[in-house]
Amino acid sequence: MVTLKIDGQKVTVRKLSTILDAVRKLDIPIPTLCHHPELSPFGGCRLCLVEINGSPKPVASCTTFARNGMDVTTTSPRLEKLRKTTLELILSDHPKDCMVCERAGDCKLQELAYFYGIRENRFGGEQRVYEKKDNNPFIARDMEKCILCGQCVRICDEIQGVGAIDFAYRGLRTKICPPFENDLNCEFCGQCVAVCPTGALTGKMWDQKGRQNFKEVDTVCPYCGCGCNITLHIWRNEVRRVSSKEETLNEGWLCAKGRFGYGFIHSPDRLKKPLIRTAPKDISAFPIHQTNPPLPPFTKGGRGGIHPSSFSLHPLSSFKEVSWDEAFDYIANRLKQIKENYGPDAIGGLSSARCTSEENYLFQKFFRAVIGTNNIDHCARY
Amino acid sequence: MFGSGAMTNSIPEIENHDIIFVIGSNTTETHPIIGLKMKKAVRRGAELIVADPRKIDLVRFSSVWLQQRPGTDVALLNSIMHVIVKEDLIDKKFIMERTEGFASFKESLLAYTPEEGERITGVSREDIIKAAFLYGNAVRPGIYYTMGITQHTHGTENVYAIANLALMTGNLGRESTGVNPLRGQNNVQGATDMGCIPDFYLGYQKVTMPGIRQKFEKAWGIHLSDTPGLTATEMTRAALEGKIKALYIMGENPVLSDPDMNHTIQALKKLDFLVVQDIFPTETAELADVILPAACFAEKDGTFTNTARMVQRVRKAVEPPGDAKEDSLIIVELAKRFGVDMTYDIIEDVFREAGNLWPALAGINYRRIAKNGLQWPCPTHDHPGTPYLFKGAFPRGKATFTAVQFRPSDELPDHEYPFLLSTGRHLFHYHTGSMTRRVDPINRVSPCAYIEIHPEDAQTLNVREGDAVRVSSRRGTIEIMVLVSGRPAKGVVFIPFHYREAAANVLTNTALDPISKIPELKACAVRIERVETSPK
Ligand code: FES
Repeated sequence: MVTLKIDGQKVTVRKLSTILDAVRKLDIPIPTLCHHPELSPFGGCRLCLVEINGSPKPVASCTTFARNGMDVTTTSPRLEKLRKTTLELILSDHPKDCMVCERAGDCKLQELAYFYGIRENRFGGEQRVYEKKDNNPFIARDMEKCILCGQCVRICDEIQGVGAIDFAYRGLRTKICPPFENDLNCEFCGQCVAVCPTGALTGKMWDQKGRQNFKEVDTVCPYCGCGCNITLHIWRNEVRRVSSKEETLNEGWLCAKGRFGYGFIHSPDRLKKPLIRTAPKDISAFPIHQTNPPLPPFTKGGRGGIHPSSFSLHPLSSFKEVSWDEAFDYIANRLKQIKENYGPDAIGGLSSARCTSEENYLFQKFFRAVIGTNNIDHCARY
Repeated sequence: MFGSGAMTNSIPEIENHDIIFVIGSNTTETHPIIGLKMKKAVRRGAELIVADPRKIDLVRFSSVWLQQRPGTDVALLNSIMHVIVKEDLIDKKFIMERTEGFASFKESLLAYTPEEGERITGVSREDIIKAAFLYGNAVRPGIYYTMGITQHTHGTENVYAIANLALMTGNLGRESTGVNPLRGQNNVQGATDMGCIPDFYLGYQKVTMPGIRQKFEKAWGIHLSDTPGLTATEMTRAALEGKIKALYIMGENPVLSDPDMNHTIQALKKLDFLVVQDIFPTETAELADVILPAACFAEKDGTFTNTARMVQRVRKAVEPPGDAKEDSLIIVELAKRFGVDMTYDIIEDVFREAGNLWPALAGINYRRIAKNGLQWPCPTHDHPGTPYLFKGAFPRGKATFTAVQFRPSDELPDHEYPFLLSTGRHLFHYHTGSMTRRVDPINRVSPCAYIEIHPEDAQTLNVREGDAVRVSSRRGTIEIMVLVSGRPAKGVVFIPFHYREAAANVLTNTALDPISKIPELKACAVRIERVETSPK
C-alpha cells in the first residue's frame, strides 16, 4: 500500500497504482482524453498533468506511479494554462461542425472546450482532410475528428484481441487506420466506437437518428447466453441505438449483434396480425433442393446482401388475417377436438429459449395443466 | 455426474482462472463476451487449452491446441485423464471425501494411453501429455464447452468424461474453478429452469418422482398427467408416425434448426394442426395452420436467466407492432378458452409463483434485480445469490464417476460420402437467422452461406474460393459457395446453419444421443461435387 497526499488530502492506494488512480479515488475531477481504466496507460494527451512537490516539471498522472509521501497538486494557474494550450492545439485542426456531429453532447472534447472557454483559436492551422472510404455498414470513421488518443487502437488489441487498426505515418500526418488504409474489416464489435471520446468513430445506423433526449431503458441482450446488459435508446416508440454501461456484467463490452443487431425489432417483416391458413399446405411447399447464389460478400468488395423480403414468405398468399378472438376460438376448438379424439398426449408444445422465463413458465403450465400432457420441450438441444 | 446443466461458476470469475480448457466451443464467435473474459484471463497470465477440430480464433491465444477428429472427444479426454492418473496429479482428498466409484473408473482409463489417444483422435501424444500436465497442475482451472460436446450421439458420454476430469482433480466447488457448459440462447437456461422439458417440472423436479406431481397438482389445483412427455426430437418422429396430431410452437424455427430438414418438414406437414407463434414469418410458420404475432424482447417485461444462472430483468421499451401481443398474454387468453384462469396482475406474479414452487428462486424478486441480476440458488430474500456451485457439497451428496468408452459417431465418412461435415454458428448471424438476417447491415457483411474447405481438399476437388459446390448427404443436397480455409482439418468441412437458402440441416443426421436425445448435428458424412455452371 502506498499513501500520498493529493491537494492536501491523504489517500492510500494499492501498490503499482498511478497518481490518476489515487486522484480518482478521491473523486477529484481532472480532465483526461486518452486514459481508460481497462487499458494500458498511454500518456498521449497530456491533459492529466499534475504537479509533484519537489519536481520541476508537471507529469502525466496517468503514467506516473504513486509513491509514498508524494505531495500532488491537481490544479494551479500553471496547470490550467498548460491544459488550455494543449486543448487549443488539439482543437486547432478540429472540424467545427459540432452542430451536426453525432457525438455532440456526449463529446469529451466539446465538454473540455466549453470548460476552458475556447472560442477563438490562436493556432488556427491547416485542416486535415481524409478521404472517406467506409464501405462497412456499422462504423463511420470521421478521421478529421480523431485526436489520436489511441483508445480505439488499444481496445481493439488489448480487449478484443483483434488489432484491426493502428497508428500510421508520423508527425502531422499521423492517423489511425487499418493496414494499408483499407476499409475496416474486423469483428465490428464497436468497442472502439464506445470508447471514442470525440465524433471520430460513430455508429453508421445512428446517423441523424437523434443524439440526446432518448428515453433509456435497461434490459438484457436477446442473442446468446452471456446475458449482456444493454441500454435501449428510444425515440417515439423506436429503438434507435443500443449501448452498454461500464458497471455491468459485461463491463460495457458488446459484440456486433448486441450493439448493432437491433434492426429486426422494427423490421417491416414483423408479424402484425393473427393469420389462419386458407390454402392447403402443399401450395407453400418449401423448396428442398435449394441453390445459394454466391453473391460477392461486402468484405470482398461486392455490395452483397439479400433483401430480407426475398427470403420470407408472403403470408397473405395462403393465409387470411383474423382478429385475436377468431384465432383463439379456432385454436381452442381444434385443440379440444384433437384432445377428445386422440387424447392429450397427441398434442405437443415447443417453447422458446428466446422468450422470458415467465412466458416459459406459463407455456409449460398451459401444456401440463390445461392440455394435460407432459409433451413440452424447447430447443436446448440445438 | 454432479448436478444440473448450468455453469458452476459466474462470468466475472473467468478472468481469475489460471488454466482455461475450452473444448467444443467456438467461444469468441458464439459467446463473444465470455470470449473477451477468457482473453482477459490470458492477458493476466492464464494458459489456455483449446480442443477443437477447427482452428477457431481462440487458438491464437492458446498454449496448446488439440485438433481432435470430430466425435473423438471421449478418447481425447480419457487419454488426458490416463496421464493425470499416471502422473499422480489427482486430488485424493477430494476423491475420498466427495466422490464415489473412482476405483472402477480408474480401471476404465487403462487402455487410453497417449498413444491410443493419438491413434483415435489424431492429436499428438505430446500435446495430450502437455494438456494433462497443464490441467492437472492447475490451481483454479475452468472447463468450458458447448454444443461441440453435446451434439453427438455420444454427447452424454462426452459430458461424463468432462465431469470425471474435474472430479478426479478436485476442480469443482471453488471460486474460479469448475465446469461450465455455455448455453447458446439468451434464455435457454430460463426455459429449462422453468420446466420446459418433458421429464422435469420447474426447478428440475422430476415428473415421475413420487410426491412431486402431487405438489404441483395442489399448487395448480388441477389433475396432472403422470406419463412422461416426449422431447422435441421425439415429437418430430411421433408426428411422422401419426402419434402426435397437433403441435404448438412458440418462438422456435425447427425447420431450420433441427437435423434433416426434409424429415422435419414432412413431420410438420403430417400434423392435423400446427400453431406457430413468432415475431417473424419463419420457415416453420409457412407450414402452420395458425400464425400468431408475438412481441419481441424489447416489447415486454420479465426476466432472462443467462448461462451463468443469473436472473436478469428484461424491460419493455417499445410497443409491439400492429396487433402483436406478448406471448404471456396469448397463453393466458388461450387458457381462458379452456376454462382455466391463468390471469395475473403483473408479470412479476408469475415469477413469484415459480419462486413458490422452486426454492432456488424464492429469494429473488424484481426489486432485488432492478440493477444487477442474482444467480440462483437464492433461497431467501437476504441471500446474496450463488456465484459458484458445489461449495463443500453436491446436491446428491457424493458425486459419482461414470466410466465411459469411446464410441464412433453414428455416421462416418466412407467411400460414397468421404467428408465429415460439422455445423455451427458464426459471429454475425444468430441461429436460424430469422432476426439477424433481417438486420440490413449484418446481412451486408455476411450475406450468404458458405462451406469451409481445407486448401488441400479444395485442390483435390478442383474448386476455388467463391465457386459453387453441391454438397450431399444421405438425406439431401444443397448448393453452396466455397470458402477455402485453414480452419478445418483435411477431410472435415463446416457449414453455418443460419442460411435458409443453403440450409446445413438439409444434410445433418437425426441420430440421437440415447440419453439426452440431442441429435448428432456436429458430425455426418457428405459428398462434395463441383457445380459446373455457377447457379444464378
Ligand atoms: S490522460 Fe494522461 S496523458 Fe491522456
